[in-house]
Amino acid sequence: MDTVIRFRSAVALVGRFPVLAGVDFDVGPGEIVLLRGANGAGKTSLLRACAGLLRVVSGEARVLGADLIADPRAVRRRVGLLGHATGLYDDLSAADNVRFAVRASGGSLAAVAPALERLGLTGRLPATAVASLSAGQRRRVALAALAARDPELWLLDEPHAGLDAEHRDLLDALVRDAAGHGATVVLASHEHDRAEGLAGRTVTVAGGMTTATPTPLFLKASTDVA
Amino acid sequence: MWRDALLVGGKDLRIELRSRVATMQIAPYAILVLLLFGFAFDQNHTLLTQAAAGLFWLAVLLCSLLAVQRSYAIEAVDGARDGLRLSGLDPAGIFLGKAGAIAAQLVALEVLLGFGIVVIFGADLRDPGLLVLTSVVATVGLAASGTVYGMMAAGLRVRETLLPLLILPVVAPVLLGATQAWMAAFGQSGTDGWRWLGLLGSFAAIYVALGILGFSTLVEEA
Repeated sequence: MDTVIRFRSAVALVGRFPVLAGVDFDVGPGEIVLLRGANGAGKTSLLRACAGLLRVVSGEARVLGADLIADPRAVRRRVGLLGHATGLYDDLSAADNVRFAVRASGGSLAAVAPALERLGLTGRLPATAVASLSAGQRRRVALAALAARDPELWLLDEPHAGLDAEHRDLLDALVRDAAGHGATVVLASHEHDRAEGLAGRTVTVAGGMTTATPTPLFLKASTDVA
Repeated sequence: MWRDALLVGGKDLRIELRSRVATMQIAPYAILVLLLFGFAFDQNHTLLTQAAAGLFWLAVLLCSLLAVQRSYAIEAVDGARDGLRLSGLDPAGIFLGKAGAIAAQLVALEVLLGFGIVVIFGADLRDPGLLVLTSVVATVGLAASGTVYGMMAAGLRVRETLLPLLILPVVAPVLLGATQAWMAAFGQSGTDGWRWLGLLGSFAAIYVALGILGFSTLVEEA
C-alpha cells in the first residue's frame, strides 16, 4: 500500500453545504500529519471523512486501500477517531467503556488494562462511572479506548484539549509510540507549537480545501524512481 | 451479527442497571398509569375488569415509548452514536441488540403490571398459554418497531416529540391484537385469541425483518 490516505478532488456535503470542496490529501504509512486551519476550515470534516463518517460524494477517497465513496463503512473498524466528543457512555465505568470499544472493534481484551494504566487511569478510576469523571479524565478514557483498539489509522481532533501538561506529554508519547509501531496519525490542533513538534508534516486546510500540501518524501521518492 | 447483538444488548442492559432509569422511573410510571386507570373506573368494577387487558397494553405501549427514547438518548450523549458507527458493528446486530434490550425491559415490566392487574383489577385468567405467548410476540413487535422508528428519529433535534407521533399509529395493531388475545385468555371475549396472535406474529416478523435488512441505511442517515 503506497498511501494510507489518498483524497483527490474529494467533495463532501453537509446538507447542501460543501464542507470539503475538492480536497487533495495524501498521507503515507507511519506518518504523523498535522492539519492546521481556522475554525470552520474543514479540519474536523476531513478527519470524519477519513473515518468514513462523512460521506464523500465525488472525487477520489481511499483510506487503507478502501474506496470510501463505494463503501464508507469498509474502513471503520481499522480507524480510530477521537473527536470533540469522547463517544463514551456516561453510566458505564471507564473500564467498561474501554472494554466495549475493544470488543466492538474485534480487539483483544488483554489490551484494556495496559491501556488504562498507560493513560494514568489507575486505582479507583477504572471502576468509576464516566459521568463522575472530570473532562480531562474522560478524554484520557477515550484515549485509552483508542490505544487499546490499536487502530491502523489514528485521527485526532484537538487531542490536547482538556488535558493538563503532564497528560499532554503522555499523549504525545502515545502518538509517537503508535507511529513507531507502524500506525499512521492525522491530528488537527490549534496548539501549533506542541502539535508541530509532534508532527512530521503540516497541511493547511482552508475553505474546505487543502492548500500547499508538500509532497511527502516517500511519494516523492517513488515518483523519482518511476 | 449475533455476537454484535449480544454485545450491544448487554451494553444497553448494563447501562439501565447502573442508571436505574427503568426501575426508578419507567416501572413506577407504569404502575401509576394502572392506578390512575383504576381511579378513573373506580365506580364500575365490572367495567374495570373488562377493560383490564386494554389498559394493560396501553400502559405497556406508553412505557415502550419511554424505553425506546431512553435507548437512543444514551447514544446521543457525547458522540456515542458516532462511536457505535465507527466500531464497525454489524447494523443488523445493533438493531437486534437494542431491540432485545428494550424487549427484556418490557418483559420485566409486563410481569410487574401483570400482578398489578390481577391485584388492582381482579382479572381472572383462563388460558395462561395464550396470554404468555401473546405477551412475548407483542413485546417483540413493540421492541422491533420501536427500535426502527427510534433510529429514524435519532438524528433529529425534535426526536422526543416526534417519536410518539411516529410510533403510536404504527403500533395500533399491536394494541388491538394483544388486547383481543388477552381478553380471550381472560375468557371475556368470544373471539379466537389465537387468530389475533397470528396478527401479532405477522407484525413482529415484518418489523424484525425490516430492522435486520434496513437498519444499515437508518444508522447511516440518522
